Order: sequence, then structure tokens, then C-alpha cells
Amino acid sequence: MVPLNWYIELSAIIFTIGAVGFLIRRNIMIMLISIELMLNSVNISLVAFSHYLQDIRGQVLVLFIITVAASEAAIGLAIVVAMFKNKAVLHTDEIMEMKG
Amino acid sequence: MLPKLYFGYFSIVMVVISLLIITRKNPVHSILWMLALFFHIAGLYLFLNAEFLAAVQLILYAGAILVLFLFVIMMLNLKEEVLDDRFSGDWPIAVFVGGTILVLILIALIALTQGPLGSYTIQAIQAETHAKVLGRVLYTEYLFPFEIASLILLIAVVGAMVLAKKRRTEED
Repeated sequence: MVPLNWYIELSAIIFTIGAVGFLIRRNIMIMLISIELMLNSVNISLVAFSHYLQDIRGQVLVLFIITVAASEAAIGLAIVVAMFKNKAVLHTDEIMEMKG
Repeated sequence: MLPKLYFGYFSIVMVVISLLIITRKNPVHSILWMLALFFHIAGLYLFLNAEFLAAVQLILYAGAILVLFLFVIMMLNLKEEVLDDRFSGDWPIAVFVGGTILVLILIALIALTQGPLGSYTIQAIQAETHAKVLGRVLYTEYLFPFEIASLILLIAVVGAMVLAKKRRTEED
């Protein structure tokens, strides 16, 4: 039997990789992919808890997270398309409308 | 022993694929590695007796969301993007912040104690099939969040159309 801790550690490592990827990359597509990576790592830990605590609610929560991830990807990609049409850039360093 | 080997293979491959995803220069390569990662996650779900979620993972993530990403990349011009510097200037700070998050989670994990066990044992789920159990909980106990999820999807559909629609200019 694989201990529950291993799943949580795997989930934490993948979450960290996603967070670092979101912070270090300049390409907005890869930033969106990193967000998906973080959501998936949370799903892994939820399914693992659901299996080890013998409770189905964690898996219901995973279904909701997948729903939110789908809508987030749709909205995010629409923003990328609108931004590319206006400015023709994909790099976050070159987007300075808000003087950030 | 065999379950641990299975888990070890999956965890090592998933960590390596995740590192590949965030370091590839071309976003198309990242997305194709993401596809491999989703297959591995689905395998892990099967290992955790969540066969319905494994199917949903493949159909929804690999089949819908990744294809959406690929379509958008197809619409954008990537020729000069690929030539640019791929990492932002202050990446050491980002790696430090990420490492701190990881260490904090791992320290907090020491205090993890399992809560009380629920009533959905593997035998109970197998007697009634996984999809049926999941559906019953989803449509009774979680009916209101389910309706809110449908509202979120509606907002996503309308919002995506509004955002990506062609702006009407002054002359038309």
C-alpha cells in the first residue's frame, strides 16, 4: 500500500513546479498551462484523500475543479486572443497598459 | 512492492514531464508534454480506484482543453516569439519563492493525521459502480454547487465570445 503522504508530496512538488513556471515564463500561453498544472496537482491530492479516507466527496470536488479549469481556460484564451489582436504580443513584459 | 513501483514510475515521470512543460521554448511542445502528463494523471486516478475521473480527465482535459490551447496557438503567430528569451529576468526570486512554498507544504505534512474514515469503502463503491455513486452524491448532496457550476460555464461561454469578438470600429 502506498502511503498517503507520498501522494501529497507528489502533489506539492507538481504544484510548486506549476507556480514557478507561472512566475518565470514570459509567454502568456505557458503561464496559462502552468495554471492548469497547479489545478491538476490539487486534483491528485483530492483524489488521494478521497481514496484513503473512503469518502467520495473529494472526487465530487475534483469534478467541480475540472469545470472551473475549463471555464478558466476558455476565458484566459479569449483574453489572449483579444490581446494579440490589439497589440500582437504574447510576452507579459511587453504589456504595460496598466503601467505595472 | 508492486504498487510502490507503479507509484514511483508515475511520480518520477510526472515530475520530469512537469519540468519539461515549464522549460520548453515552443508552447506547442509544452502542450504535447501536457498531454503525456494528463495520461499519467489518468493512470494515477485508475490506481486510486477513480475510474470515472480517469475517463473525465482524458475526455475533458486532453480532449477539450488541450485542443482549445492548440487552436489558439494555431491562430497566433509564434515565429518571433520562439526566438525571444524564454525566462523573465528575475527567475531566481521565483525559484526561491517556489522552493519556500514546497518546503512549507512538506513541513506542514509532518503534522498530517488521517481523519475518520467515511462510509464509501472500495467494496461499497464496487457493488454499485463508481459513476453511479459519484452521480448520486453529485445530484443530491451537491445539487446547488452543481447548478452554480453550470452558471460558471454559461458565464465562460458568454465571456469568451464577448472578449474574442471583433470590435466594431467607428467607420462601420
